[in-house]
Amino acid sequence: MSGHSTYEPKSNVSKWFDERLPVVRLMHDSFVAFPTPRNLNYLWTFGGILVFCLVAQLVTGIILAMHYVPNDQMAFNSVQHIKRDVNYGWLIQPMHAVGASMFFLAVYIHIFRGLYYGSYKAPREVLWILGVFILLAMMATGFLGYTLPWGQMSFWGATVITNLFSSLDGVIPGLGTAIVTWLWGGFSVGNATLNRFFSLHYLLPFVIFGLVILHVWALHVAGQNNPTGLEIKQPADAVPMYPYAVTKDVFGMFVFLIPFAYFVFFMPDWLGHADNYTPADPLVTPPHIVPEWYFLPFYAILRAIPSKLGGVIAMVSAIVILVFVPWLDTSRVRSCKYRPIFKWCFWAFAFTCLALGYLGAMPAEEPYITWARIFTFLYFAFFLLAMPIVGILETPSKLPRSIMESVLGKPGSTGGHMPAGASAAPEKR
Amino acid sequence: MSADVEDTHKRDFLVLAGNTFAAIGGASLLWPFVQQMNPDASALALASIEVDLTPVKPGQAITVMWRGKPVFIRNRNADEIKQAQAVDVKALVDTSARNDALPDATPALDEDRVKKGKENWLVLVGVCTHLGCIPKGQSIADSRGDFGGWFCPCHGSHYDTSGRIRKGPAPRNLEVPVYSFVSDTKIKIG
Amino acid sequence: MKIISSLAAAAALAAAVLVVPVHAEEHHFEYERQKWTFGGFWGQYDKDQLQRGFQIYQQVCANCHGLSRVNFRNLVQKGGPEFPEASVKELAANWPNKPLAGPNDDGAIADKKGNLLTRPALLSDPILGPYRNDKEAKAAQNGALPPDLSVIAKARDVHNDGIWYVHFAKMGRDVFNGYQEGGPDYIFNLLTNYAEPPAGFKLGDGLNYNKAFPGNQIAMVPPLSADNVIKYADGKGTFEENAHDISAFLAWAADPALNERKAMGWQVMLYLLITCVLLYAGKKQVWNRIPH
Repeated sequence: MSGHSTYEPKSNVSKWFDERLPVVRLMHDSFVAFPTPRNLNYLWTFGGILVFCLVAQLVTGIILAMHYVPNDQMAFNSVQHIKRDVNYGWLIQPMHAVGASMFFLAVYIHIFRGLYYGSYKAPREVLWILGVFILLAMMATGFLGYTLPWGQMSFWGATVITNLFSSLDGVIPGLGTAIVTWLWGGFSVGNATLNRFFSLHYLLPFVIFGLVILHVWALHVAGQNNPTGLEIKQPADAVPMYPYAVTKDVFGMFVFLIPFAYFVFFMPDWLGHADNYTPADPLVTPPHIVPEWYFLPFYAILRAIPSKLGGVIAMVSAIVILVFVPWLDTSRVRSCKYRPIFKWCFWAFAFTCLALGYLGAMPAEEPYITWARIFTFLYFAFFLLAMPIVGILETPSKLPRSIMESVLGKPGSTGGHMPAGASAAPEKR
Repeated sequence: MSADVEDTHKRDFLVLAGNTFAAIGGASLLWPFVQQMNPDASALALASIEVDLTPVKPGQAITVMWRGKPVFIRNRNADEIKQAQAVDVKALVDTSARNDALPDATPALDEDRVKKGKENWLVLVGVCTHLGCIPKGQSIADSRGDFGGWFCPCHGSHYDTSGRIRKGPAPRNLEVPVYSFVSDTKIKIG
Repeated sequence: MKIISSLAAAAALAAAVLVVPVHAEEHHFEYERQKWTFGGFWGQYDKDQLQRGFQIYQQVCANCHGLSRVNFRNLVQKGGPEFPEASVKELAANWPNKPLAGPNDDGAIADKKGNLLTRPALLSDPILGPYRNDKEAKAAQNGALPPDLSVIAKARDVHNDGIWYVHFAKMGRDVFNGYQEGGPDYIFNLLTNYAEPPAGFKLGDGLNYNKAFPGNQIAMVPPLSADNVIKYADGKGTFEENAHDISAFLAWAADPALNERKAMGWQVMLYLLITCVLLYAGKKQVWNRIPH
């Protein structure tokens, strides 16, 4: 999308078409000739994997909607009907349910990769923020979708999460309750709620799709980041996307499919909760309400704060704070590879997220509450303390002069030397 | 030089093999995605119904539902049977009996569209073979068309007293479903 | 910088000392995992066991519990008990809990005596329990609702517990082994762990003591016992076999596609592995064209 196009129509027909709608040219420039840094590692294959996940969820979801009945009396049985009677329903339903988990797994790896290599830094702020919006839309979609099987966890998860809005009663009395009643379309989670959740669950993936197109567009304007965090400065720093990046992406995707298929075929229920095989009962709450695993860290943060409104604010902030990451990080070096101190902060943060995930699955009692508070503090400390302060205090280690040098270990041995002006000496303070 | 050529072949083969395998996988995934739209196990299980014929007097007809489609059951009187048997099969639009219990090549004789000894009972899938409308002729007040059988009001197809197409755009005779007499007054369809 | 290092140190410390004692009040029972023919990666149901299990369901469980998401036709289908169709037809026709037939042509839903109109079940009908609805069930069962058993083997699970690292280790072990038999394991343990309450234990009215049941007080009377063993067609059968067979049958009822799923699963995994090797080789060849 940037720079001049290398696409040459081969036949008269494609030339004729290209002059009228250059969509083939667009695809060629974006996904064939597009220059990708030659040093990308396998963490960069997760972009393509995520596109696959989105498409897979859309296809299986549209199929499930052909058989699913969004009605509080029939929803649970219709899912059973899909698994028992519909041709290959036993395969397609777990593909969608496991697919949601795999989608989140991939998106978390993608996000952590971005954090580690500083992919949020200028000029990729908009790219990063679009990614945060995609995450938010994914979370909403995942939550709405989990309601649809109308088991006990579906019902009580929906009840608990929608009730978060009632915390707004603490701001303007009556406001929260009004919003919750509006969300439910009744005075409790019921058939009206299920119907609208189904409608929105069908809508949101297309919103995600639109956001993904903007995300990819922004990526192609700024170009890909890479493990060194250096920009492409000479032709030798890059390789054309096809066949180099593509062969790597496809291989990465098939490796990703192995655990995906493993869960679909051998452990389709392991990522879910047994209570969701009990039909929703508005009179009985399960002893431990836990969300799906991918929400657990945020759930732990919610429960760590002793005030209702405070907990909700903390949970929402935990996601929204990602929007400000490009400006919270004060370092001029992108990649953690060359940031000896921040690297450790990153790993501490990754551990914090795992610990919060564990604590979110535990009952809300001591000692888990205290630990959840400690890790909630560490979670925010990473963004509000580590990012701004380490960036100023840290002395980055020596950066290679170019991507090519980082690959071959010696400066520009085969690809020509870069212009002296473009040197990227490590910033010393 | 020869090593170069060999390398190229090997490379091409590996890339080609990998891509082929990936493509085969993607293509085989289409099968379940297409198959899921076919009738499911619960729909296939509802394949047969039993109908009591006692209340149907000669000259009367009833309609029952089978697999979501209407099935016409007519108790034909002697005139109607005679009329149906008198038709020259060679002059028909569709010369096949269209009886699901018999091969397609069976000629469209009236005796091949009913059960032997029960010639008064005509059992048909009540769906016009043109574009799927439900022909008129079951109720006394209905128009039965030019041949005394059924008349489809959508595009004007006329069926005779054996349910064979005689006039109009429909290409085939009304289908005779697989059925059997469980007792003298009871049939099982499907 | 100091703050940061101490933050990192705090996190590391937290990791090291995060020891979580098991909560005293929580129900603690070591569920004994059983060996199932359908466990693991190559596992398939044993059709004879499912047939025996159905016999237990019919003779014991069906007195209180429905199986309403399973249809009679499922008892015939591949990957299940695979009873002959004719015998299941007869079974359905004679099943005591008949589907409702009303309203009839006169618009009535009950006969003159007030009994609801019913008809014999067909292959396409669900396997109904003795109660028309939950309220009738509760009224007949002293206020306790006998749950429908169609998906009970998926609605119950044996939980991993222990200190966090033990917990994670157990989770890893389960993933590694493809362990999905928590439901039947739970059912088996429940059925075989009725006991006399320990001295001092106050048992609620109409409840029974069970070591495997959370809270130890269960409304269900012991459905199987060593004194009243169900004998199979061959005249054999033990209490443990009874419990195993019904657990396996309920596992099938909840997951009738398991045979097909696992059989296809291996082919898919094999395909993915081969394709990965080929794609990797292809990728290597492509990247060998340039220094990298």
